[in-house]
This record gives sequence, structure tokens and C-alpha cells, in this order.
Amino acid sequence: MTDIPAGSFPTDKTQAAPATKVRGYWGSVWNRLRYDYVTLFCLGLITVIVLLAVFAPWLSPMDPERSSMANRLRPIGHAKFTLGTDEQGRDMLSRLLWGGRVSLLMGIVPVIFATLIGGTFGIIAGYYGGKVNMVIMRTMDVFFAFPSVLLAVAIAGSLGGGIGNQMITLTVVLIPPICRVAETATAQVRSLDFVDAARASGASTYSILTNHVLINVLSPVLVYSSTLVSISIILASGLSFLGLGVSPPTADWGLMLSTLRQSIYVQPLVAALPGLCILVTSIAFNLVSDGLRQAMDVKA
Amino acid sequence: MWMYALRRLILTIPILLGVTIICFALVQIAPGDPITSLVRPDTPPEQIAMLRAYYGLDQPVVVQYFMWLWRVLQGNFGTSIANNAPVAAEVMRAFANTIVIALISVVLAFIVSLILGTIAALRQGGIVDRLVTALAVFGISVPTFWLAVVLVIFFAVNLNWLPATGMGSGGSDTFNYFDWNDFKFAVMPIIALALPPLAIMTRTTRASISEILNQDFIQTLRAKGLSEFAIITHAIRNIMPSAVAMLGLQLGYLIGGSVLVETVFTWPGTGALLNKAILTRDIPLLQGTILVLAGAFVLINLVVDLAQSLVDPRIKRT
Repeated sequence: MTDIPAGSFPTDKTQAAPATKVRGYWGSVWNRLRYDYVTLFCLGLITVIVLLAVFAPWLSPMDPERSSMANRLRPIGHAKFTLGTDEQGRDMLSRLLWGGRVSLLMGIVPVIFATLIGGTFGIIAGYYGGKVNMVIMRTMDVFFAFPSVLLAVAIAGSLGGGIGNQMITLTVVLIPPICRVAETATAQVRSLDFVDAARASGASTYSILTNHVLINVLSPVLVYSSTLVSISIILASGLSFLGLGVSPPTADWGLMLSTLRQSIYVQPLVAALPGLCILVTSIAFNLVSDGLRQAMDVKA
Repeated sequence: MWMYALRRLILTIPILLGVTIICFALVQIAPGDPITSLVRPDTPPEQIAMLRAYYGLDQPVVVQYFMWLWRVLQGNFGTSIANNAPVAAEVMRAFANTIVIALISVVLAFIVSLILGTIAALRQGGIVDRLVTALAVFGISVPTFWLAVVLVIFFAVNLNWLPATGMGSGGSDTFNYFDWNDFKFAVMPIIALALPPLAIMTRTTRASISEILNQDFIQTLRAKGLSEFAIITHAIRNIMPSAVAMLGLQLGYLIGGSVLVETVFTWPGTGALLNKAILTRDIPLLQGTILVLAGAFVLINLVVDLAQSLVDPRIKRT
């Protein structure tokens, strides 16, 4: 039934061949992505969030750190403060815009670092196998013995607060899972014939790794890393919520949520705003990485 | 079976050792001289010198680690900086509070996820299925501490049905889970904890049930004339091993991840203890709590693996 009868092909040579464009890998990924409206919408949403954060200094109507005791805890829809004010009378809209900068930074930068470090270790472990693999992967296993939130709290709790320490913490937490994905992918590629062929034709280990292994490992690792952005954002906001993030006057969604917690009886809606921002951003990143995984046809 | 159990048990030892190394390292990565993170700032100098020798801080790090490990094995987790009390007793008391609500949450999530996931798999594209998909995205994206705050706003501030925080007037010593006047304090923490595992487990259940339903033996059962209900029981029995594994894993995550939820509800568990340790920079307390929680996570994983091999005899062959 599925066999296509040979005669159905246009074998008539006089007919001009239809202008078929051969799509590359990324071309076909884009083609699949083009009709995935949820992913496209979320990509648009992320673009908007990023733009809002980047242009926060120009967009925010007020100084996010200037407090005013007379204007504490104004409601949403206030004439001067569109989204109300927080417990120190600071404009919520401005603070949310500025806070997005920290959250996005914390979502993306640790994932990039962790992908570089974890990916390198994973490829090395997967390619060399044997003792090298055992040392690297058993070390990673120890980190898997910690639930990620606990590991983050442990490291950040010891290092102390601050934006730099938070980045180090998140990077350390994200390295083991990325390493494991990279190791699995590399081990699969390593046993394929074309790698043997390259080795037999005298290619150096370095050139095999960069020309043959890396290119095949890249897409599963990148897709997996993209799923970690939202986890990183949530972990970062959780650490800030515990006071292990930016120091107080700076706006940060997690920290804002923590300080506004005392005001839920006065302005519940205002207190819920920072968390809503975290939620929307994290959902958007999650759905985009889901869409990417489907479009790139990676099983993870 | 016994060989598998033994092998799995032996594999746990290096992991546990690794966990202790990381916990030991927590004091080392804390900024400043380790002794300043281990004792109260008002300790007299001669006592500091004595404690320095006691902790072995004049010895190489490896020796320090084994001295520390020896003390830990004897149940001595150090002394809390904040109140000079032994850390071990404090952690154990808090751990009891955490494990109970974590267990209730995860069992609740397990039961609901089995029901929702099965319905979603049977009626793919239906209302429940769509709800489950939305819930799954929401559940893995929502910051639990924000969910906790929203629950407080809704049920405590607006509706005034449930108490916002704490464990009631009696505290944890007289807390009775079977008395509604006490239990109502635990309701919101349980809901906030249960949602993320519920979302993840529902998605997994839906996927595995729909996979099972496409297998040949289901068709054979249908051909035999079994009722739809009996077929579903077969399918559920088949996903049980992986579902149980999921349950254990999620329980471990809850125990470790409850720090944020417990902070919002000031539930006196290990999470609140961690929060206290962070605020007062009480490194021994932090270290002891992390050690107990990570150790519990490793042991839960061990128990899950063993239980899974009991439920599913195929496992021991691999």
C-alpha cells in the first residue's frame, strides 16, 4: 500500500523539472516551526519581554529605587502609578521592568556557562569512555544526589548573597544534567561508522571532535539547554526570595515577591505581580523549548 | 533479586561519600576563615584556638574531612551558631515535620495524577486532556513560593477559610494530623507542594498509558471481550513500576525543594531551618540540614529502585 508505483513519477524528460529547493537542516526546522503558532507566539512574547528589559531605563516612568513614604502600597490603576507602588512607595511598573533585567540575565547567562562547561566535560567523557568517563560521570552522579533546589540553596547559602555568587551557584547546579545529555549523545555518535572512517583516514582526535562529533551533539544539547532557561529563572528567583540574590534596593522579581509578602493583606494584587512576571516568562521559555524540541526532532 | 539488591546497595556507598564531601566543602567555600563560619563571633580567642584544634583546622583538608566524617557518623553534626544547640537534634525534629507533609503531598499528587492522566490518555483531545496539558505547563513553570503566596491571598486573606501561616498554637510538639483544628494549618502547604509533582506525574501517566493502549496485548484483551474498565486496570498495572519510581523521585525533590514553600507558610520543617540558617549565616546548621536532606534523597532513591525491582521482575535482569 505504501509502495509508490514507479509509473507515477513524472519520467517525461521534456517536462522542465519543478524548481524544488533542497532544504538544509535548519530550513526544515524552520518549516516545522512556521506552523507551530503556540511556539511562535511565545517566541514573540520572549522578544517583547527581552526588549522591555533591555529598554527599561527609557521605558520606566520613574526611578525604580526612589521610595516615597507618602505613596506606599497604592493599588493597581492608580493615576500616577499604573501598577501601584510597593511597601516603600516605589513605582511597581518601573521596578518590574528593571527586575526583568536581573531575571533574564539569571535565566540565560548561567545556562550558557553551564552548557559550555558541562558540554565540554560531557563530550570528553562520552568520546574517551573508559576511566575518563568514569571519573567525570561518577562525579556528576554525586551532584545528582541533590535535588536541584537543595543544591542551589546549599551552595548559595555558603557563598553568601550577591549577583555573582548567584550566577556561580546556578552554573554549578546546571552543569551535571547538561553533561549527562552531552555524554549520552557523544557516546552514541562515537560508535557510528563515519567516526571510524574519519579515524581510519587519519583525522586527529581534535578534528574528529570538532568536525564530526560536535555538530551531531550540538542540537540535542542546545535543545536540552533551552529547557533549562526557565528552570534557571525559577531557581534564581527562589534564591532571591530567600535573600541570596541581589542586595535590597535593586529590583528583582524574586526579591520583590519576598518583600511584598508582608503586604498581602493590604494590596494582594500588587503583591502577586512579580510572581506573575516570573510565571509568564517561565511558561514562555518552557513552551518555546518544547516547540524547538519537536521542530528539531530531538528525543530528550 | 538479592544480588541486584546487594549491588544496588554497594553502589549507594560511593554516592553517599560524595554527598558528605560536598557537604564538607560547604564550609570550605564559605568566604573567610572556616573557623569564623563555625563558631559564634563573641567566642574568646583561647576557646577559638581550642576549637581550631578540635575541628582539625591546623591539619590538611583531607584529614579535616575524615575527622568531620567520623564525628558525623557518630551523630555529631556540630553546634548551631545561633543558639549553641546541637545541630543534629534540631534537624531531626524539623525533618519529621517536612517528611510528613511531603509524603501526604506526593501521595495525593500520585493518586490524582493517575486518575487525570488515565482519563486524558483515554479521551485524547478532550476537555480533561487539554486541562492536563495546560496544568503540566503551569506546574513546571510556576514558582512554588509564588503559588504559596497566591494561596494565602486567596484562602486566608480573601476567603478566610484557612490560617495563613504557622503550625497552630501548640506548635509541632502537640500537632495532631487527625485533628482538623491542627490539620488546617497543613492544608495550604500540602497543596502548594503537591502541584508541581502532580503536573509532572500527570503528564508522565498520560504518555505511558497512551503508549500501553497502543500495544498488541490490549487489542488481544479487547478481542477476548474484556470490559473497557478491565482493560484500563491492565494498562495501569503495566505503568505501575515507572509510576512508583516517579513517586519516589518526586518525594525526594519535595523534601529538598520545600525550603521555599515552608518559608512562606513558616512551617517549622527543614526548609524553614535552612531559611533561618541562611538569614543568620549559621553554616553548621546549613551543613547539617543539607546533609540530612541529601542523605534522605539518596536513601529514597535506593528504596525506590529496590521496590521497583520487586514490582517489576524484569528489572533485575538488566
